Amino acid sequence: MNRVVLATLLSHWRKRPLQLVLLLVGLSLATALWSGVQAINAEARSSYADAASLLGRDQFDRLVSRDGAPINEARFAELRRAGWPVSPVVEGWQPETGLTLIGIDPLTMPAGVAPVADGKGPQIGDFLAAAGLLLVNPDTTERLEDADLPPLFATQDLPPMTAIGDIALVQKLLGKPGVISHLVIDSAAPPGLVPLDQIAPDLVRVAPENGGDLARLTDSFHLNLTAFGALAFVVGLFIAHAVIGLVFEQRRATMRTLRALGVPLRRIVVMLVLELGLLALVAGAAGVALGYLVAAALLPDVAGSLRGLYGADVSGTLTLRPGWVLAALALTMGGMLTAAGAALWQTARMPVLAPAMPRAWARASARQLARQGIAGGGFLALAAILAVVGSGLPAAFGLLAALLVGAALILPWVVAGVVGRFAGRAGGPVRQWFWADTAQQVPGLSLALMALLLALASNVGVGTMVASFRTTFTGWLDQRLASELYLNVRSPEEGAAVLDWVTPRVDAVLPIWSVSGDLNGLPGDLFGVADHATYRDNWPLLSAMPDVWDQLARGKVALVNEQLARRTGLAVGDVVVLPGGDLPVGGIYSDYGNPLAQALITLALFDARFPEAPHLRYGLRLPPTKADALAQEMTARFQLPQGAVVPQAEIKAYSLGVFERTFAVTDALNVLTLGVATVALFASLLTLAEMRLPQLAPLWALGLTRRRLAAIEVLRIVALAALTLVVAIPLGLALAWALVARVNVAAFGWQLPMSLFPRDWFALALTAIPVAGIAALWPALRLMRLPPTALLRIFANERG
Amino acid sequence: MLLTIRGLTKTYPTREGPLAVLRGVDLDLERGESLALVGESGSGKSTLLHLSAGLDVADQGTIRLDGAAVAEMTDSQRAALRRDRIGLVFQQFNLIPSLNAGANISMQARLAGRNAPDWNAHLAKALGLGDLLQRYPEELSGGQQQRVAIARALAARPALVLADEPTGNLDEANADAVLALMLGLVAEAGAGLLLVTHSPRQAARLGRQMRLVMGQSQA
Repeated sequence: MNRVVLATLLSHWRKRPLQLVLLLVGLSLATALWSGVQAINAEARSSYADAASLLGRDQFDRLVSRDGAPINEARFAELRRAGWPVSPVVEGWQPETGLTLIGIDPLTMPAGVAPVADGKGPQIGDFLAAAGLLLVNPDTTERLEDADLPPLFATQDLPPMTAIGDIALVQKLLGKPGVISHLVIDSAAPPGLVPLDQIAPDLVRVAPENGGDLARLTDSFHLNLTAFGALAFVVGLFIAHAVIGLVFEQRRATMRTLRALGVPLRRIVVMLVLELGLLALVAGAAGVALGYLVAAALLPDVAGSLRGLYGADVSGTLTLRPGWVLAALALTMGGMLTAAGAALWQTARMPVLAPAMPRAWARASARQLARQGIAGGGFLALAAILAVVGSGLPAAFGLLAALLVGAALILPWVVAGVVGRFAGRAGGPVRQWFWADTAQQVPGLSLALMALLLALASNVGVGTMVASFRTTFTGWLDQRLASELYLNVRSPEEGAAVLDWVTPRVDAVLPIWSVSGDLNGLPGDLFGVADHATYRDNWPLLSAMPDVWDQLARGKVALVNEQLARRTGLAVGDVVVLPGGDLPVGGIYSDYGNPLAQALITLALFDARFPEAPHLRYGLRLPPTKADALAQEMTARFQLPQGAVVPQAEIKAYSLGVFERTFAVTDALNVLTLGVATVALFASLLTLAEMRLPQLAPLWALGLTRRRLAAIEVLRIVALAALTLVVAIPLGLALAWALVARVNVAAFGWQLPMSLFPRDWFALALTAIPVAGIAALWPALRLMRLPPTALLRIFANERG
Repeated sequence: MLLTIRGLTKTYPTREGPLAVLRGVDLDLERGESLALVGESGSGKSTLLHLSAGLDVADQGTIRLDGAAVAEMTDSQRAALRRDRIGLVFQQFNLIPSLNAGANISMQARLAGRNAPDWNAHLAKALGLGDLLQRYPEELSGGQQQRVAIARALAARPALVLADEPTGNLDEANADAVLALMLGLVAEAGAGLLLVTHSPRQAARLGRQMRLVMGQSQA
């Protein structure tokens, strides 16, 4: 019996293949976008985990310099002599290859940490050999084929673009002879040793990084991607829900007949679940494949963004993980059950004699619209409360969710109200019918319109945020990157030689020296800056005391970035805890894109506090027309490596490139979500088209041609889409405000001024409204080509 | 006795209060016997048929099919009863739109696990459907659809055929032809037939008649 029942249920799809295609497309698109985003996140998190576990960072304490300066080898020898089981590590970035180089001493490293001598890879002898050896990730090996490096050995244990070698080799490659970045302490330290703060008071013990700082830093980035994936998933489920609702209603008569023929209700429900499970499996498999393609296409951009924004190295190639595939399939099943839940519940409670009422299905009662509107109002009220009193990232995302859900729920009620007003005022019978009939169509189309609203609003919202950010960021870069050339030297000696030559040839040399450390309890960087008009004229201050630059020059105050001020509640005049001593906050400056805390003090004070800090970076002021020639001459004269002298334009282009790449992903997801919403609209129109015949046939009989009726159908959808767009614009702006003033502040620690871009809305209207018209075109064409006999049948009462 | 009904009562709630549709109806039907249920609209004919098929449950009274009390059965048992022992013909045909005529005819027999292609073919031929088996319901006329519904009801060789105005949608000539075929095939299958009709002429062609007036039976 099961086979017969299942075959009967499935036969519906054979007769209506388009419904099947729409259902599968809806579900697989929903799965693809969601699982694609999850695959990207999983890949990135796996890279962070690799980085966190690298060299036992997540297991062993480390010793770092209290003032951020390098540790010298004598200090290491001293600790070893005192019996402390410490092992030296040097870390640095090699501009020529883009590699993060890590040098270790395999002989003193805690057991099992160094990826050598474990029987699988190279042995210690190879590692210490004169030619040396660098361990890298297999992906990285391919990228470094032409680089001038020691022999490479590929190992899966390392994150991308990171190489490990013997400390002496890496110090040489980095141009940091004798330099140690930090010391790893073996947890098996014997008892009774002289305490560390007595032997090495200049060093501080740091606990292992649980889970990795990168994972924490990038959380908000991944949360943004997840939010988009979730939005697309919900929009996709709208399609599935619309199709399933109609299919169940159309099959109500079949189910009644099956029951009359002796199939128990429970059996029917079980077979329906089985049928939906089979369809979900097919849609899920397609969604997984599509999701993999989406993820693979977006991952290089995401990896580029993460590298640019956070310095996080994420593999640009996607690994197919079985867990991800299973999760995506489970999600599709769950999505299908969610979309079909109401229909299944109704079927399970359906009396055997219940008649089929597909038209009633499409015509939800006014009371239901009102109920939905009230629920929507409730969500919007919740959004307002969260906007006023909420704080933190969960509240910010709660605000976004409440705003979107509330607006979506209230939309059909608003549209029905507006259309009803038109209906009341329309002159002429056709116009009157058009508006009255449109009002009747709203409930049937409400799910599709809600999906369209979400897609359009997120387009307006995210577009406004990105465009505001672009405007602000470009202006900010012009202010912050005031020097015409930026010089990076390999050693203080090289710096001194270059500066002797270059100083008479430029208007000013601005040292950019920094140390890393805790700023008011947050990890960050402290910079020393010269007292120069470049800063006084250009530095982007958000708030400051009146004579801030004079106070700074006298060493009386510090400037802090917005991130530090917001996260630790600092205002101008408050005291900030800095390495080497506290200072009052003289001003707060914007520092877009920087995830870390940052502070500035005057150069003289910086030098006094950190005499050992490396003097390796400088800004050079000179007439812009002379910058390129000077850069070339300086590079050639001192044989500086590529990237040692960077023109301002290059840094700006790089920064803007990172920016554009970051939002390229957002743009792609935006377009895909709009595409899914269009499919939702198309699905609803197509499923409703058939039920429209009894409503259109009388008009045809009264003398309206099929062509005219078809044109009216398209016009109706265009009108509804335009009305939805009108609602989407203020909603999108509210969304943009929430992103700019709440999500960004909570996630990144800075706020940017929001601007309006009406031209973008116009462009969106020019895209969305014709697209909606195109979605309506096929059902309209079908109507136009419908043989008169099909319309005559309506009058012959042959439709159930 | 194939079907025994005693003191059957059914009331439906309405806005104006409870509406008694059946008020203590008694009925007996032997195997091989045919009975026409006649009466005005709203007299309870269809309700009596639905209760007999176990599609609905009576408020009071008993229905026994081959001695088994329908009211005491669970939903699943009533479903099994319909599947195995009853053939139903509805006024609105109730064919499955996504299956062709052939699949619709064999549907119940397959559900009951006793599909007999030869018998189906015989029914189709006898009902003039031989050339229409590949057609879908929407491609058939009303009379053709009704003949498919009759064939489906008889394909599983049920003990009892319950038909609710099976010719109500047909013109007189077609209605007569369909009824004649149905009576012949019911007799051939050895089933009992309980048929609701408004037409005295058709009722007269059945073995017996029972009139329902305001939910009560009159001989």
